[in-house]
Amino acid sequence: MSAPTTTAPATATGTARLTLGKAINEGMRASLAGDPKVLLMGEDIGRLGGVFRVTDGLQASFGEDRVVDTPLAESGIVGTAIGLALRGYRPVCEIQFDGFIFPAYDQITTQLAKMHYRSRGRLNLPVVIRVPFGGGIGAVEHHSESPEALFAHTPGLRVVSPSTPQDAYTMIREAIASPDPVLFFEPKGRYWDKGDVVLDGPVGDSTLNSAVVVREGTDLTLVAYGPTVPTALKAAAAAAAEGTSIEVVDLRNISPLDTATVVASVRRTGRCVVVHEAATFLGSGAEIAARVTEECFYELESPVLRVGGFHTPYPVAKLEHEYLPSLDRVLDAVDRAMAF
Amino acid sequence: MNQQHTAPAADLAAEPAGGPLAASTDSGTTDTGATLPVDADLLQLLTPTGVRVETPENAAYRERVAHLDADALRGLYRDMVLTRRFDDESTSLQRQGELGLFPQALGQEAAQIGSGRALAPQDYVFPSYREHGVAYTRGVDVADILRQFRGIDHGGWDPDEHNFHLYTLVIGSHTLHATGYAMGVQRDGLVGTGDATKDTAVVTYFGDGATSQGDVSEALVFAAVNESPVVFFCQNNQWAISEPTTKQSRVPIHQRAHGFGIPSLRVDGNDVLACYAATAEALERAHSGGGPTFIEAYTYRMGAHTTSDDPTRYRTSEQEELWRRRDPIDRLRLLLEAEGAWDEQWAADLEAEGDALGERLRTFVRGLGRPSTESMFEHVYATEHAVVTAERRWFEEYEASFTDEGASRTHDQHGGAR
Repeated sequence: MSAPTTTAPATATGTARLTLGKAINEGMRASLAGDPKVLLMGEDIGRLGGVFRVTDGLQASFGEDRVVDTPLAESGIVGTAIGLALRGYRPVCEIQFDGFIFPAYDQITTQLAKMHYRSRGRLNLPVVIRVPFGGGIGAVEHHSESPEALFAHTPGLRVVSPSTPQDAYTMIREAIASPDPVLFFEPKGRYWDKGDVVLDGPVGDSTLNSAVVVREGTDLTLVAYGPTVPTALKAAAAAAAEGTSIEVVDLRNISPLDTATVVASVRRTGRCVVVHEAATFLGSGAEIAARVTEECFYELESPVLRVGGFHTPYPVAKLEHEYLPSLDRVLDAVDRAMAF
Repeated sequence: MNQQHTAPAADLAAEPAGGPLAASTDSGTTDTGATLPVDADLLQLLTPTGVRVETPENAAYRERVAHLDADALRGLYRDMVLTRRFDDESTSLQRQGELGLFPQALGQEAAQIGSGRALAPQDYVFPSYREHGVAYTRGVDVADILRQFRGIDHGGWDPDEHNFHLYTLVIGSHTLHATGYAMGVQRDGLVGTGDATKDTAVVTYFGDGATSQGDVSEALVFAAVNESPVVFFCQNNQWAISEPTTKQSRVPIHQRAHGFGIPSLRVDGNDVLACYAATAEALERAHSGGGPTFIEAYTYRMGAHTTSDDPTRYRTSEQEELWRRRDPIDRLRLLLEAEGAWDEQWAADLEAEGDALGERLRTFVRGLGRPSTESMFEHVYATEHAVVTAERRWFEEYEASFTDEGASRTHDQHGGAR
C-alpha cells in the first residue's frame, strides 16, 4: 500500500460559519488528523468528494488508503469495515443514499450490531455509517427515505441525527471516537443550512446520549430530530405569534433515546407532538408517545400526537411536499393538541 | 494457475464412472453432481489407498510437503484423529441431551488440519461454524466450542488470543470480515516485508452453499481489487444441508474465482498433504504481496448437516459408503504403514489420548453452569446505553420482587407463575 501522498494540513480552529455538510467535512478532517486509525470508505467519496461533496478534499489530504473509493457494494463496504475494525481501525462508511443501505442491512444488524455482545465484550466495532437521509430535494425513488427506526430497533447500534452545523461537527467527531457502532443520519435537505461552528471543542460523548431543548416554552413540547428540527422551530415561532408557547426538543439521538429530557419538558408543558419525516406507523414517534404516556400520564392535557410520513412508499417528487411533515401540518397538530 | 499445477487423481480415476471424484453415477438415483463438470485439475498428493502421487505437474506441491517427516506425518494423523474424536464425543453429548445442537466436521478433517497446520502464528482465521479442526490447530480448547452448542455463550473463546475469530453462523458474511481484516493488515505494512515472522495473511473458511451468497462475491471483488492477503478456503463438502452442489453452481466452484481475477485451484479435500501444500502456496502468495487465492477443497460431509438433520431423506447410503472409502484418516494411516512410520505403541497412546479427551469433554460440558440472568444485559454496548440500563434495572427489581416477603404476594397474584 502506498503511504498518503501528502501531509495532512492543520485542521481549522476557532469559530467558522459553515454549512451542515461542510461541518461534517471539517469534523471528519479533524478525526482523520487526530487518529491515524480513522479511515473513510464509500462510493465516489475520493476524487469526487462524494455525491454531496461531504468528503470534498479529504482524499487529497489523507491519501487513497485513508479515504477509500470502494467497489459499489454496500454489504461489502460495511462487511470489510467490520474486518478493518477488528484489525484496530475506525472506519467511517458513507452510504450514498438512504435507500441504498439495504444491501448492507444484514451486515449492519446481524454482524455489526451483535459482535460486541456475542464476544462478551472482547471485540469492539467502532464503525460509523453515514447516511444522507430524508426528502425534500426532488429526487427519484430510493433517494429520500428515512429508515432510522429500523436501526434504532436493533440492539447494539447507536442511531443519531444532527440538525445544526455545530452538532453535525461535534457529533461526527464523537461518533467516530465512540467504541460502539453508530448510524449517523445526515439530513440531506439541510446540508446547505449555515451556522456558526466552534471547531476545536473537546471530543467526549456530550452529544451522543442527550437530547437538547433548543427553544423553551410552556404550552406544548415539539419533539424533532434531524431535518424536522428547523420545521419545529418555525412552527414554534408561528405559534408564538398566536399566543401559544412551544418548547422544542432536538432529540439528536434516536438510540439511546433521552427519555428524561423529553419527559421533563412534557411535565412542564402537558402536551407533546412528535415530528419526523419517517412514516408515523411504528416509527420512532410511536416509541416516544408510549414513553411519554407511561411517564407523564397525570401531567398530560392531551394525547401525544405524531406528524410524519404516511404508510406509503416515499412518493414521487411532485407529491413529496404533501408527504413530508410541513409547517402547516405541524401547526395543525399543535392546534389539535391545544384544543383538548 | 490451475493449468500449471495439476495432478491426475491417480487411483481415483479407476473408480466407477463419473470422473475422479464425481461420487455419484454409481451411487443410485440421487443427483449429487453427476452433471457437474468435474475438473480434471485436481491436486492430489495422496491417494485413498495411501500412495503418494508423483507427477511432473505436482512437483512444486510435493516440495511444499517434503519437509514433513515421519514425526510430522504422525502429528497430522494425531490432529485428525483427535478432531474426529471431538466430533464423535460432541455428537454423543447432543444425543444425550447435553448439547442443543452440534454440526459435525466428520470427513473434513484433512481439509481443516492440512490447511490449519500450514498457517503462521500471526495469520488470522475467519471460520464458518464447522471448523473444529482448524480451531484445534489455532490452539483453541475445543471444549470451549461446546459453550455455544450448550447454549451458554454466543462465542466461547478470545479471538485475538488465538487469531481465530468466532464462528459465524450466517454463511458467507465473514468472508467480508476476513477481507476487511486483510485490508487492515495491508495498512499495517505487514505484507511483503520478507520477514516470515511478520508477513500476515488471513484465511476464511466457508462451504459450497455459501458461495451462492452475495457477500462471498463481494468479498472476492474487494480482495481482488485491493490485492489483499486473504485465502478463500472453500470446503466443498457437496451438501448444503439437503441441496447438492449442482443447486449452487454450474461450474466447478473454484473456477468462479477466475472471473474476479483471483488464482484458484481445486484440491482433494480428503488428502491432508494436498490441502497443506495448496494452503502453503496460497499463504506464500498472500504473505509476499501477491494477493488473494481461492482454494476449493473437494471433500464430503460424512455426517449430517447438524444433529437436527436427517441425510437419509436426500442422499443414498451407497454414496456415503463410497466416500467412506476415501476417508482422510484411513489414507494417512496407510501411508504411515507403507513408509514404516506406523508404531503400535504410539497408536495405542493416541487411542488413550482420545479417550482422555472424550472424558474431559463430558466432564466439562456437564459441569457448565447457567449464565447469570444479568449477563443478558451485559456487553450490548461498549458504553452505557440508557435504554439497556433502564430495562436491566427494571428486570432486576422484578426478579427481586419474587424473594422474601414479596414472593408470596406475587405468587398469589400470578398463580406462582415462576
